This record gives sequence, structure tokens and C-alpha cells, in this order.
Amino acid sequence: MAFGAMASDTDWRPTATREALAARAAMLAQARAFLVERGAVEVETPALSSAAAPDPHLTSLAVDAPGGRRYLHTSPEYPLKRLVAAGFGDCFALAKVWRGGELGPRHQPEFTMLEWYRVGWDHRRLMVEVAELIAALLAPRRALAAPEVVTYRDAFRQRLGLDPHNAPELGLDALLAGAGFDAQLELDRDAKLDLLASHLVYPQLGQGRVTLLSEFPASQCALARVRPARDGEPAVAERFEAFVAGIELANGYHELADPVEQRTRFERANELRRARGLPESPLDERFLAALASGLPDCAGVALGVDRVVMLALGAVTLDEVVAFPWTRA
Amino acid sequence: MAVYSTNEWKGGLKVMLDGDPYSIMENEYVKPGKGQAFNRVRMRNLKTGRVLERTFKSGDTLESADIVEAEYQFLYNDGTFFHFMHPETFEQIAANPSAVGEGAKWLKENDNCNLLLWNGVPMAVTPQPHVILKVTRCDPGVKGDTARGGGDKPALLETGAEVRVPLFVNEGDSVRVDTRTGEYVSRA
Repeated sequence: MAFGAMASDTDWRPTATREALAARAAMLAQARAFLVERGAVEVETPALSSAAAPDPHLTSLAVDAPGGRRYLHTSPEYPLKRLVAAGFGDCFALAKVWRGGELGPRHQPEFTMLEWYRVGWDHRRLMVEVAELIAALLAPRRALAAPEVVTYRDAFRQRLGLDPHNAPELGLDALLAGAGFDAQLELDRDAKLDLLASHLVYPQLGQGRVTLLSEFPASQCALARVRPARDGEPAVAERFEAFVAGIELANGYHELADPVEQRTRFERANELRRARGLPESPLDERFLAALASGLPDCAGVALGVDRVVMLALGAVTLDEVVAFPWTRA
Repeated sequence: MAVYSTNEWKGGLKVMLDGDPYSIMENEYVKPGKGQAFNRVRMRNLKTGRVLERTFKSGDTLESADIVEAEYQFLYNDGTFFHFMHPETFEQIAANPSAVGEGAKWLKENDNCNLLLWNGVPMAVTPQPHVILKVTRCDPGVKGDTARGGGDKPALLETGAEVRVPLFVNEGDSVRVDTRTGEYVSRA
């Protein structure tokens, strides 16, 4: 079936082969063993939460449960950090997560995420481990050269000749127009960077190796710490993403531990949701309370497992590595 | 008119963009893990036939285009307009020459063809892929000329179209022509 073709409602067959599903299961086992051997404990966290991620670019799916509305988690981030705050140390979850509306050859609204936390580590140390795990999972079928670390700034400079931190708005607009993008898109600065990144920069990363893209603009910090500007260097988010063959596989942070800053970011995200006519997300007060009680210095990362399996098997769409994708679920 | 959001833009959906009707060909969802989601769309301008690639913000909307495709019977050309009739409702409709375009030379009275209507007005007329037309003028095939192998010669058809036909085709014969390539197919 071509991607995106709507399956008829009696299309009962799986879209993945038995071999693909067996390889997938073996890779899940391998990822678990990798982290367990390195001292992390596997935990399970609730899929249905009373709070939702306020990130305006994420759509949480809601379930009307007796006693009140619950939200399917978009990642196990908040409960895992509560465990870290409770002193559980290094831990990981291998979980189904849901993001409404994300459907394409490399997006499924329901997908599998491996998320883990390392206490006492920063993002730089964690991204080395992420590259090791990705290489180990891909190794039998896809040999990779040693990983490279590239800053977000250098990736933009090398491929677009533009400094994403300091480029004037006009420079961004000229580049977008030159690349044939419609001036009527009405994008804010970060969305313009997202457009350039997702269309022109990211597809070139990770050729034959893991590319670790790090030090994002401070405005794209999400739940990462921000390193203040110094010595003429702009403030940057202590955040990274991992790419192979132009495909984004993981997103990690040196985790923000400041409860006041975290609440401010959540509230700002909800303001953005309001401004865009999106429903506000109920804030995770238990998560904020955990930060207030003290989150140990730590780094965490979320890895898109389905995409890793897709790359390992040389598949082009997620449908090939999922028994029953969204259109047949 | 209905409004469709990016996630409803399936192949074949007809939408309005910058005042022109378009047909969606491909729609790819592109999203960085954190950040703005986009849809990279290939779409065909139904007026010009030109294919456009354009990136939209996910969630953007376009109005649906009132596009109807239907089979009509060609009645006659009054010198300015081409007149058609719906075979079931008998409703008659006039198309201007720009909508008929190159296809005009394949239109024979009472033949069926495909009309693309935008807001009820014919925007494109597509003849059947194969039509059978009578040869009104061509030179007789010269005997012994077969040494040239698959030789052919020009023939004028009843609709005014000119096609190359094999030497054995004579005036008064009916021939089958492929309207997409303008080439002779067989004697009919």
C-alpha cells in the first residue's frame, strides 16, 4: 500500500513482515540490555495523565475517564524526572506515546519511545551514549563512521551561510524567498528557523554516521537548561538532537532543574496556545513540585525507536516496521 | 464552500489557491521533533496544468474548489463557442475555445468527451483517448513504394485534424487515432 492511501475498513492485514517485526523485537531487547548493563533501571510510567505537555507544537490526545479528563502522554518525561527527583537514579522507560495529528511517512500519531535519564551527566556526555546506542542498534545492517558533533550554529553556517542566532529577520526572509518558500506563511523567527532546518539543513545531517546537533537557540530550549551569553557567544539551549541519514532520531537535554523558570516556560507555552486558539494544557503540578523539592543535576533523552528500526531495515516508511499503523489501527 | 485543513489534503482533493483551482497530488508532513510542523505539497493548477511545490504550516486551511468532472456529448461549434450536452439531464453548456484548446481538432459531433467544470463553467475539455474519424483527403498510396518499409503519408480527417497514416489508408476510410499523442492507431 502506498503511504497515506486510506486503508479500507476491512484491510486487516499487517503492513510489516514477520521478519521486520522479529528484527524490531530483537532491537527492543538489545536497547533494554544496553541500558540495564550500564546501570539504568527500567520503569513503567502512566500513559494517561491528568496533566498535558503545554508545548504549542504538540497535540495531546484526551480520554474522558470517570473522574475527569486524562491525557495520553506525549513522552514519559515528567514522571521519569519525578523518579529522578525521588532519588531513583538512572532510569529509563520504553513506552508507547501519542502525538495527535502527526501522520506521514516518518510520523505516526502512536509510536514507541525510549527515554532515559543520567544523573550527574550533562547533555554532552549523554549524547555520546546516545550515538553509541544508535550505532549498536544499526551495526548489524548498517555500519557507521564515528559520530560527529556539530553545533546548530555551524550546521546553519555551513549549509546556508547564515548565523541562526544573529541573522537579521531580513536575512532569514531573503533565504526563505530564495529557496522558494511562500512569503505569506506568516512565521515567527523560530518557525522560520524550523522551516529552514527541516527542509534544508536536517536532511543533510547524519550521512554515514550519527550527527549530534547541539547548542540550540535559547528560544528553542523546551525543557533544557540555557547557558547564558558570554564572551560574545550567544545564549544557547543545552540541548541536542541525533540524526542518521537526515532523519531525526533523538532529542536530549541537560535538564532544567529550576522550578520557577520551568513554571514560567510552561505558562509562556500556554499563552502561545491561547494566542493560536489552541486549548490550554493543565500544568503538571506534581512535576513542578518535584523540581521544587530538588532535581539532581541530570541529562535525559528520548529516542524514536520506530525510526531506528526503519533505518536498520532499510525501510522508507514507518508502516514497514509497525504491525498495524494508524490507518489500520 | 467547505474548508479543508492540511491533514485533510489527500491526493485528488480540489482546493482554491491564489484564486485558481488546484488538485492536490502529494502531501508530505515535515516536522522537527520540537517546533513548527509543515506540509510539503505538490499540487496541479487545473487552469494551466502547471505543477507547483509549496510548503504550508500544518493546520493551514484552503477552501475547496467547486470542480466537477463529467462526461458530455459534443453537439456543435457555432464558430465562437463549443456546445455540449449532458447525456442524462440534457442540460446544454457552452465552452469557449481556450477551454477546448488543442482538443478541438478531435471533437466530432455526437462524440462523448470529458468536461472539467469550475463553478459550473467548462475549464478543460478532454476528448476520449481514442476517436474514430473519417479520412476526407489523402493521396493514394503509390504501388511499389513499400520499399520504404513503414512509410506513411499525411491525411486530413473530417474534424480538420491532420495525422500521418500508413500508405494503405484511402480517402473515405475510417481510422482510429490516439488523441493524447495525435498518432494513427489502426483502420476502423
